[in-house]
Amino acid sequence: MLKREGTRRGKKRHSRLPLLAQAGPVSLWMILFVTIPMLFIIYISFMTRGTFGGVEYVFSTDSYQTLLDVVYFKVIAKSFQVAVVTTVLCLLVGYPFAYYIARKPPEVASRLIMLIMIPFWTNSLMRLNAWMLLFQANGPVNHALMALGLTAEPIKFIYTDWLVMLGLITNMLPFAVLPMYSSIEKLQKSMLEASADLGAKPSVTFLRVTLPLTFPGIFSAIILTFIPALGIYTVTDMLGGGKVLYIGNIIKNQFGAIRNWPLGAALSVLLLAITALLIFIYMRFAKLEDMEVV
Amino acid sequence: MAASIVSLRNVEKWYGNNHVVKDMNLEIEEGEFLTLLGPSGCGKTTTLRMIAGFEDATEGSIEVQGVRVEEKEPFQRDVNTVFQNYSLFPHMTVYDNVAYGPTIRKVPKDEIRRRVTEMLELVQMADYEKRKPEALSGGQKQRIAIARALINNPRVLLLDEPLGALDLKLRKQMQIELKRLQKKLGITFVYVTHDQEEAMTMSDRIAVMRDGVILQMGVPMEIYERPATRFVADFIGESNVLEGRVTGVEEGVLLVETPAGGVRCRGRGFGVGDALCVAIRPEYLRVSREPVAGFSLPATVKDFIYMGALIKTSLDLKNGQEVKLSRLEADPALREGDAVHIWWEAEKAVAIHDDSRVGAVREAAVC
Repeated sequence: MLKREGTRRGKKRHSRLPLLAQAGPVSLWMILFVTIPMLFIIYISFMTRGTFGGVEYVFSTDSYQTLLDVVYFKVIAKSFQVAVVTTVLCLLVGYPFAYYIARKPPEVASRLIMLIMIPFWTNSLMRLNAWMLLFQANGPVNHALMALGLTAEPIKFIYTDWLVMLGLITNMLPFAVLPMYSSIEKLQKSMLEASADLGAKPSVTFLRVTLPLTFPGIFSAIILTFIPALGIYTVTDMLGGGKVLYIGNIIKNQFGAIRNWPLGAALSVLLLAITALLIFIYMRFAKLEDMEVV
Repeated sequence: MAASIVSLRNVEKWYGNNHVVKDMNLEIEEGEFLTLLGPSGCGKTTTLRMIAGFEDATEGSIEVQGVRVEEKEPFQRDVNTVFQNYSLFPHMTVYDNVAYGPTIRKVPKDEIRRRVTEMLELVQMADYEKRKPEALSGGQKQRIAIARALINNPRVLLLDEPLGALDLKLRKQMQIELKRLQKKLGITFVYVTHDQEEAMTMSDRIAVMRDGVILQMGVPMEIYERPATRFVADFIGESNVLEGRVTGVEEGVLLVETPAGGVRCRGRGFGVGDALCVAIRPEYLRVSREPVAGFSLPATVKDFIYMGALIKTSLDLKNGQEVKLSRLEADPALREGDAVHIWWEAEKAVAIHDDSRVGAVREAAVC
């Protein structure tokens, strides 16, 4: 009874604040820095490419017609594939790691988190160059492999898909680990004890209690890993050498070297639409599941 | 004596250098309501958790229904626990929470439905099966936690301060309900609490613990009327404790010299010259204007406390020690500052070991 009264009172207090006062500053910020630039991108995507680059403000759907080319479909499929694999690997590596950290005493946990954060705070170009140095033909990795007799010739790592993937995973891992860590850390030990007490083996407890209760963290990890992995171009540019084309690189090139802004904008809009659709489907799915439980 | 359903033999528990449970021997009888009572840090919860399997005993054996369980994981043990914070699964409905145990054991669906309904009716929560735990009050959560444990037909139900988070009135009501439930089902309850009143209300037997040792074990009345040690006398209800030394023994009655004067009490196992404490409950103290034949201690009335059903009177003895006296009705003739004499019937006062000193605990526990 008391509890219910408490929540009711809490809700009332919440609604007493005018909606605008609550959402105002955030909305303003969102409009200025997200909505307006986004609308501008959409606007440009319907313009004509200037003869010497830039944008001519004449309506045209040329860019979108260009997108119908199968080449772009392939690029998007490839980008998706890489982003999905990166996300899955980040979850597979990140979840046990996050679990391990969360079960350590706080002082040890904060040190381990620091270890994850250090590379994250390092300039990404420097990090990528470090990977390049490590894996180049006469780099330490190849030297070590040859010294161990595992290979006679230096292996070509650079500009391959798997080095791109390695770069993406190491780049995204903190974004996967941190939300999952905070979810797992909140999980009360007594929940696991209650499950065991009621006869559940550790594997059953994991599937029925741990996983569902840490799902919000996993969901955040997916969003925070998948979306950047889909659009990122620094990692793919440097470690992929621009040989394998990903959607992020193409967009970057359209705005940069090729100077076809409307096409770049149209690609951005496409990427945005796909991402938004995915999130929408996911939210719907999550909500439905929630309703089913209720 | 009924058969033991849980036996702890020479159980020791160390956390690093911390000796939490010391040489614990405990026989829990089938169908009884046993309470482990003690202040926080006395090892009562650790003892419970060792029976459940959440903690390993450093040494000793634990048997449930005659089978040693030390090597068994919690999910393999035939006991269920009601946790202090309820620990209901927040992502499941009340129904799914209660159905958790049978679902895991792959009981057929309609059998689960039947038993969940039965359990929810038992704890009077039948209308709540579609709710999530967050939409329940503390008392309701507690009922669900009990139903979730009982649906597994445990032989022993372990309860770790299950009413600790409830307000006083609800707690009292739940105490009575729990006791009735236990009687009705005939399941052994092992109950952990630091609330002596709760222990007195519900238990068939109480084990009073301190510093990892059971100081005294017995039915509530025995614990109250014949506390074994000074700590027990202080912890269970209120006691006036006078330190003294035995000067003589007359027909089972000890003559004890205390700084406040000579008194009498009953007690076995004490001889002339032994140091001891005399414990007398406030309700057994008598007041007289004149010295009383036998013995009486001069005292001064200090103040009165009105407690509703009881009137408490504080008095100072001649050595400055304060004693308390409680009465259902105030003595209208008594005034603050009055010089009086207090006395009691010798068999109402008990001689006890003084375990307030370090090292006396073990010795007293053996008696």
